[in-house]
Amino acid sequence: MAQTRAGTQAAAPPVVRLEGIAKRFPGVVANDDVHLEVVSGEIHAIVGENGAGKSTLMKILYGMQRPDEGTIEVEGREVHFRSPKEAITAGIGMVHQHFMLAGNLTVLENVVLGLEPRRGPNLDRATARNRIQELSKTQGAAVDPDRLVEALSVGEKQRVEIIKVLYRGARILILDEPTGVLVPQEVEELFEHLRELRAEGVTIIFISHKLHEVLEIADRITVLRGGHTVTTVDQGEVSARQLAELMVGSELPTPGTRESTVTDREGLVVEDVELRDEDGRHLLRAISLVIREGEILGIAGVEGNGQQELVDVILGLREPSAGRVRLADEDVTTTGTRQRRGAGLGYIPEDRQLRGLLLPFPLWENAMLGHQDRPPFSKGLWLDRGGAHARTEEIIEGFDVRTPGPDVMAHALSGGNQQKLIVGRELTASPRVLLAAHPTRGIDVGAQAAVWEQIRDARAAGMAILLISADLEELIGLSDTLWVMFRGALVAELDPAEVTPEVLGSYMTGAAQERGA
Amino acid sequence: MNKQASKVLLSVAAPTVAVGFALLLSSAVLLLIGESPVAAYGAMFRFAARVDSAISIVNRSVPLYLSALAVAFGFKMGLFNIGVEGQYRLAALVAAWVGGVVTGLPAPLHVALIIFTAMAVGAGWAGIAGTLKVTRGVHEVISTIMLNFIGTGLGAYLLAAYFREPPAPGDLVIKTPDIPPSGQLPSLNPVLEALGVDVPGGSDLQSFLILAVLAGIVFYLLIWRTRFGYDLRVSGVSATAAAASGVNPKKMILTTMLLSGATAGLVGMPMLLGFFHRYTIDFPIMLGFTGIAVALLGRNHPVGIAFAALLFGFLDRASQILDFEAIPKEIVTIVQGIIILSVVVAYEVTHRIIQKRQAEEVAAELEGATETEEVAG
Repeated sequence: MAQTRAGTQAAAPPVVRLEGIAKRFPGVVANDDVHLEVVSGEIHAIVGENGAGKSTLMKILYGMQRPDEGTIEVEGREVHFRSPKEAITAGIGMVHQHFMLAGNLTVLENVVLGLEPRRGPNLDRATARNRIQELSKTQGAAVDPDRLVEALSVGEKQRVEIIKVLYRGARILILDEPTGVLVPQEVEELFEHLRELRAEGVTIIFISHKLHEVLEIADRITVLRGGHTVTTVDQGEVSARQLAELMVGSELPTPGTRESTVTDREGLVVEDVELRDEDGRHLLRAISLVIREGEILGIAGVEGNGQQELVDVILGLREPSAGRVRLADEDVTTTGTRQRRGAGLGYIPEDRQLRGLLLPFPLWENAMLGHQDRPPFSKGLWLDRGGAHARTEEIIEGFDVRTPGPDVMAHALSGGNQQKLIVGRELTASPRVLLAAHPTRGIDVGAQAAVWEQIRDARAAGMAILLISADLEELIGLSDTLWVMFRGALVAELDPAEVTPEVLGSYMTGAAQERGA
Repeated sequence: MNKQASKVLLSVAAPTVAVGFALLLSSAVLLLIGESPVAAYGAMFRFAARVDSAISIVNRSVPLYLSALAVAFGFKMGLFNIGVEGQYRLAALVAAWVGGVVTGLPAPLHVALIIFTAMAVGAGWAGIAGTLKVTRGVHEVISTIMLNFIGTGLGAYLLAAYFREPPAPGDLVIKTPDIPPSGQLPSLNPVLEALGVDVPGGSDLQSFLILAVLAGIVFYLLIWRTRFGYDLRVSGVSATAAAASGVNPKKMILTTMLLSGATAGLVGMPMLLGFFHRYTIDFPIMLGFTGIAVALLGRNHPVGIAFAALLFGFLDRASQILDFEAIPKEIVTIVQGIIILSVVVAYEVTHRIIQKRQAEEVAAELEGATETEEVAG
């Protein structure tokens, strides 16, 4: 379709042109006067920190949100999408960060869902299968259309998402943070795949905040900062450092290493912990680890390899099938979560909305979550509203939570500020042991540096910290000891001073194996 | 202050709009059947304004208030106790029997024993549903509904086989022995008269009203001011966050069911202690189900529930005049139904408005803050 329009404009007419896009939300970073031109058949990256407005911009292009100002042109024609359906009709498809697949259906069924070819009242599987194979044969590793989606790896699921979008006739593909869930090897496969699609004339808009990936795959890069377009550059024009500075607008923080504060006092001890599901399959196998006071023990691993289960066992939310958990000298294997938390166990949860916050509650009631049975939040059986308010003010002040005050409901804060409140809540309570799962997920670079500094201070003050993260640089930069978790076991201990993300990645996928001591 | 005022205004607006909408729709129905809404509502209000009606409205709303409190206990932690109906009826039966057979106790103790028995039976009956949920994962909506039927059957059996007073010859009423005067509550009429109200004969303002007010205060303090209440509310908002914060979900479910059931046990007490003094097979029913509607309308808050209970008490009482005006009093049932439906919608709408407003406020204040920062920098 796009090809027939050639000739009306100069050499490479933009297939997508966004002019002066503005979108305002209450309390959220929005778009303001954003300009974007994407040329047909290119891979165009959009980079920016969390909250720079990348996702909003793409939601506008995909018809999920309508801009307050500005115009959108697709293939030279001004469009006003009212829904993703209209964007799809115009040839725009989006692969979301979180997969939208039905695990109990096959690949084929997932792909055709909503657009089923029919033979009489039935699904015409033959036609669908042909079409899917046609779409996927050019793409290196094809996915078997008859496999159940729940049995696929993360990389394969992503491929299904892409096929799903292509099946709907998309010629412009938006990928929202596609590498966030992938390990380095899978990222390579994805990039291969994207290059093939480009060769077929598909235009790709690639949203990311990972600079080395962007520099590797993109033809052109548009940088967003604080809702504005900073600039658009060609690949090869900039270095990663320059790109980062464009993104941040100032110099780049790193989770640098410092001298060791590790003591010889044991803070958290996990001994031979096993966890099995109802079918007797291992979720955790033979986990043993010791975190000393003043030590940060990092755990790397692709999500879903037992990290969550390990946290649950340490917190007392799940009972291990075997093994023991100790907090300092106290065996807590059979004690409840409340006693463990009272004994000095802090927790920054991986999913703040699920486990860390009460969205319809005011901040002061959120600040006491997990600490409600102790001063300053309660006196005996009664809540201490005054004490809770004072502590909340302290957290807001000390951790730079941007809010008008402690009586605001948690849902009114941006994600980054919610996270800062949780980090502040846990650190202010100065626990003996801290479980920090993805402590800087979803917060901007400035706040990230602050959280790193606070975790480091807590370590210097003698806290024993278990750090689980998907950000390999964060893990390498903060950890004193670094383990890789794979299929429920700790498979390798690596030296954070020497390891590279690539080496980590090979252990995380199970490609390399070394049974640590 | 201004913000606070507008927040209160907004939360009052929702039920007001809902009630207004319900009256409007009911007017349409009245017009359809050829009656004048003005005449109907006029008759209702004139009738309700009489002193005996006012007393009757309060008396009717007290059990509804307690029933709604029982439901609200569950709602606050996300549990749906649909079994208040069975709980209060069984509780009233056993309490009536205990009160009737026990003699020789001083008055306050006798009354306390009856009330305690009712709360224990209500808690025990609700506790079955709680135990089933905790140990076997049976959803409380299913179990409490089924327990309503079982409770009705069990109550009928107990009354007929064990609790029935040996009937006098020719007496066909199936009832428990009468509670002696030491187990009865006096009326509040002397207080009203002292206040200069001329109480018509046959009208008694039941003194359980005071205990209901106390129950409301206890409910408020427990839910909003104690650690236990915090745990309960946290569990209602996010079971996962509650567990991570150290709440034992099983214990919380069981405790809440017991509390809800104990409160349900109080529902029959105003009538039993203040009026009937015995349990008969025609003891008032449906208060448990109406309580769900009242709790919903009152937003699970003791003050809101009080207004909702009074409104339902008013509709109940005022509807009686409609028969005299040859207007079908079922119109009131329609009003109640529409109130519930529209209040659900109205609450969701105001909830969104409030949320949006708060987010805007935060944004506005932060914008102001950044500007000052920039000026300073």
